[in-house]
Amino acid sequence: MARYILRRVGQGVFVLWATFTIAFFVLYLLPSDPAALIAAGGGGEVDQIDPALLEELRAQHGLDRPVIVQYGDALWQAVRGDFGASYLSGAPATSLVAQALPETLKLTGVALALAVAGGALLAVASVFPRARALRQALSALPPLGVALPTFFVGLLLLQWLSFRVPVFPAIGNEGAISLVLPAVTLAVPAGAQLAQVLSRSLRGTLGEPYVETAWAKGAGRGRVFLAHALRNAAIPAFTVLGIMVGGLLGGAVVTETVFSRVGLGRLTVQSVNQQDVPVVLAIVVFSALVFVVVTLVVDLVYPLLDPRIESSGITESRRSTAVAA
Amino acid sequence: MSATTDARATTEHASGASGVTDREDARLLQRHGLTRVPRDKDRAAGRARRAAGHLSRRPGLVLAGLVLLLVTAWAVAPHAFTAQDPLNGVPADRLQPPSAAHWFGTDHLGRDVWTRAVHGASLTLRTTALAVVVGVVVGSLLGLLAGFLRGWVDDLVGRVVDVLLAIPSILLSLAIITALGFGPVKVAIAVGVGSVATFARVMRAEVLRVSTSVYVEAARASGLRWPAVLARHVLPNSSGPVLALVALDFGTAVLAVSALSFLGYGNPPPAPEWGALVSGGRDYLATAWWLTTLPGLVIVAVVLAANRLSRALEKTGEDQ
Repeated sequence: MARYILRRVGQGVFVLWATFTIAFFVLYLLPSDPAALIAAGGGGEVDQIDPALLEELRAQHGLDRPVIVQYGDALWQAVRGDFGASYLSGAPATSLVAQALPETLKLTGVALALAVAGGALLAVASVFPRARALRQALSALPPLGVALPTFFVGLLLLQWLSFRVPVFPAIGNEGAISLVLPAVTLAVPAGAQLAQVLSRSLRGTLGEPYVETAWAKGAGRGRVFLAHALRNAAIPAFTVLGIMVGGLLGGAVVTETVFSRVGLGRLTVQSVNQQDVPVVLAIVVFSALVFVVVTLVVDLVYPLLDPRIESSGITESRRSTAVAA
Repeated sequence: MSATTDARATTEHASGASGVTDREDARLLQRHGLTRVPRDKDRAAGRARRAAGHLSRRPGLVLAGLVLLLVTAWAVAPHAFTAQDPLNGVPADRLQPPSAAHWFGTDHLGRDVWTRAVHGASLTLRTTALAVVVGVVVGSLLGLLAGFLRGWVDDLVGRVVDVLLAIPSILLSLAIITALGFGPVKVAIAVGVGSVATFARVMRAEVLRVSTSVYVEAARASGLRWPAVLARHVLPNSSGPVLALVALDFGTAVLAVSALSFLGYGNPPPAPEWGALVSGGRDYLATAWWLTTLPGLVIVAVVLAANRLSRALEKTGEDQ
């Protein structure tokens, strides 16, 4: 087990390194000139900057060194948690991310809870009822939820529950009530995704012989579904958690923009708009870190939930479920 | 290769659909070890009849096909669907609710929203199609090489795929847009790179399945070089699940392209990209519901249709 954990942590570290490396070369080697971006400070015309100033900036930020030296330096700094200074404000990119993080964590945390509760409920509800029409109607909801653009859901909620019927505030981060609409918006695609995986898995489980046995022993409908089938069906659904958390972080970009909330998503949009390369790099590596940690935890908890699976065979089964989702 | 196809067609014909007598004939013939060679004409007729029966039991699939045909027609010939100008409005008609004259209402400059949605189809669908092409071509190529060559190529591709999957796709797209800048082609590349990982993975799995099959072994044994084996045997036989994935990816790409266009990274205004149309209605949420709702529903319809089509393709693949 210890060897397995060590190997998985090693893989995680590798993914982080590779993410940093690919993102570094994509962001630093493509067309734009970092010195010009720093000089422009997010505004103004890049063409009109004094070439001497550019030279000075290049020397100051070490941009005149060979790329590989810059990369090595940046990697060493990144390992110590320093992703460089924002081109825009000059503040360290890491602290900008850290400042924006709490609001986004609140948002994604509530959204994750909503998605898990709603998704599980919907999955069970679309298999449980005896009435075929009801089952079919409920089964149509998850594919619909997956097809809804996040920005569209957010705007519809705003329109009806903030403007038409002013129940919730339209914008801002004030208080728990401002969290409701954004969290629901963010939870819709994640919950729908979970419901799809869980209901498929539940349908499969209901055909298993041990479920037949439960029926034969005279267990009630509720007991067969919830106590017998759901427990095993939930295990594959658990594995999409890593993808879901990543999706929530990505979804926060659009959600925070729609609801004008402060957070990591807003910071991302601002940094992309101003080509603030160090901040974008920090955000990308951070999101990969979240993914790596969540999948690692899922993989470690997985054998505890399902003793049939040995820890070595996990990765493939997780992957195939994720792709199927 | 052609022998297998023929054999399959014969069994299909025998088990299948061109009338009761034919079926009985075929059963008799089969029982006696005689297989009738089907004529091309009744094979085609049978197939068409089977397809019609198949579709009549699936109204949702027919509707999905119609939606996709309709928006494609919008993209190809927008003027056939609307006579109004998508860019210049009539200021006197500003912010009118949907009516017979303006199906989707008008915006704050008096432009007809229906017209803008119709004209936006070509912008949004072109970007989406390019994104899918980038994803399919790059992803399948990586998966094909990884699955076929194995060894270090497989390891390398596997690691790249791991990295691509570790970053949420919209953040990956945004990082690429940061580097490349704004614009529809850049948005397409950014979205396409996001789907490379999935295509690579599915293609690799398929190639692994196909390359262990007997006919590939036979082709290799008869001295065919590996690029030829790849092109003639592996690629055609492993493309089924990839096609289902293309339809699914098309839906996902419409969502991603619209989201990026909503955030303002696509065509600059006043181009009527779908995401930008929805975004343009943000300032009038309280007073003009149609500005966001109706173009938004167009996007939802297209994504739903693509997903429905993908499910149908997946099923056909499984049945075969």
